[in-house]
Amino acid sequence: MSQIVKIKGMNKYFGKLHVLKDIDLTVEQGEVVVIIGASGSGKSTLIRCVNGLEEYERGALEVDGFGLAPKGGNQKSLAEIRKEVGMVFQQFNLFPHLTVRKNIMLAPMKVKNTSEVVAKATAERLLERVGIGNQADKFPTQLSGGQQQRVAIARALAMEPKLMLFDEPTSALDPEMIGEVLDVMRELAKEGMTMMVVTHEMGFAREVADRVIYIHEGQIVEEGKPDDVFDNPQNERTQAFLSRVLAH
Amino acid sequence: MDSQFQFDWQAAINSIPYLAKGIPYTLMISFGGLVIGFVLGIIFGLLSINKKWYLRWPATAYIEIFRGTPILVQVLFIFYGLPDLIGGPIDPITAGIAAIALNSGAYISEVVRGGVQSIDKGQSEAGLSLGLSRTQTFWSIIWPQAFRRMIPPLGNQGIVSIKDTSLFSVIGVGELVRQGQVYIANTFTAFEVYFVVAIMYLAITLSLSLILRLLERRGVASA
Repeated sequence: MSQIVKIKGMNKYFGKLHVLKDIDLTVEQGEVVVIIGASGSGKSTLIRCVNGLEEYERGALEVDGFGLAPKGGNQKSLAEIRKEVGMVFQQFNLFPHLTVRKNIMLAPMKVKNTSEVVAKATAERLLERVGIGNQADKFPTQLSGGQQQRVAIARALAMEPKLMLFDEPTSALDPEMIGEVLDVMRELAKEGMTMMVVTHEMGFAREVADRVIYIHEGQIVEEGKPDDVFDNPQNERTQAFLSRVLAH
Repeated sequence: MDSQFQFDWQAAINSIPYLAKGIPYTLMISFGGLVIGFVLGIIFGLLSINKKWYLRWPATAYIEIFRGTPILVQVLFIFYGLPDLIGGPIDPITAGIAAIALNSGAYISEVVRGGVQSIDKGQSEAGLSLGLSRTQTFWSIIWPQAFRRMIPPLGNQGIVSIKDTSLFSVIGVGELVRQGQVYIANTFTAFEVYFVVAIMYLAITLSLSLILRLLERRGVASA
């Protein structure tokens, strides 16, 4: 049982818009899956379904053995799933009223009843790990975008997740800060973290991904090892997309 | 027309001790009413953005009714009307506190709603994704940020409610205006006395403004 995510026949609608069409996808423990596709293709929606930030209409979803039913069904395991799945957002979504350290301490203390002393030590260790150990007492707005995103990664890691979701983590960053965030993610992948990453960073996808998935209009149209997908795409949609994004 | 009128400073100063007896009533009714109004505002403000229609509708009805009718009518209704229903008299101070509470509660509900809705959706998504429950997400992430934004409009409401207590002179509460009216009836120094009454209101409202400004500055320093 090393499949941490199992998605079967997942369909999702925004009103009349059919955003996810019969998605079948499994993610193995320790695997890094990078999801690429044009904007509006449904790639963000897909990973947002994994931790229940979006509900889906039909199909089945299982995360680390916990089933999460479609809309209107049994959502009891949602709390368990969210404890095990960390998420990093495009807009960081740090808590502006809390210091960097408290941003990281909040969830362990509230959700796992971790003591303040332990939570604080964890926060400081994680900040060291993402390379900003000296910023703990600052407020998020006092940091650069790249630093904020690294805090957001540390905040998610503090819950010791089994799976990390990254929703375009570098899309809101100035170009010179993208590298520092990708470095942290690369380290994380090397340490064996299971990751689902939605990104436009094709270099990162090629280097770090175990598997690349291309989504077009809500459907998985291509899936495979990065070298295969990038160098020898089978589907003409994938070919067109890649020639557009890799051209510059 | 040539006026012979001269401001009588001595009369103004003489009136102060008598008028000052009204201040505790003004303060007590405003403070008591606003504290209850704040609680009502949190409850009904949050209910008014609830997804369930049977919670949202009554809250919206309360807000519209008490925002849409004059507070003078509300207090007259409570003081003269309600005793018929409950079969016993209502003390004027209680009626005053109730009127301020219900009236400010309606306005504060809207302040609460606006404050909460102004917080980016990403904040609650971040909280939920970390495993916090909806309740935990609200009270430890959304509310502190929303409350900070609510301070200026809450200050406004505080000042409005303090001034609204002047209307309760009509049901015989011995607050500032009522004290002034009684005093004038004996001395015929309307100009001086109402001048002093106005200054006293101003002293109260300016103190509140000052406190709120300090509170806001402390908030900004940590944001």
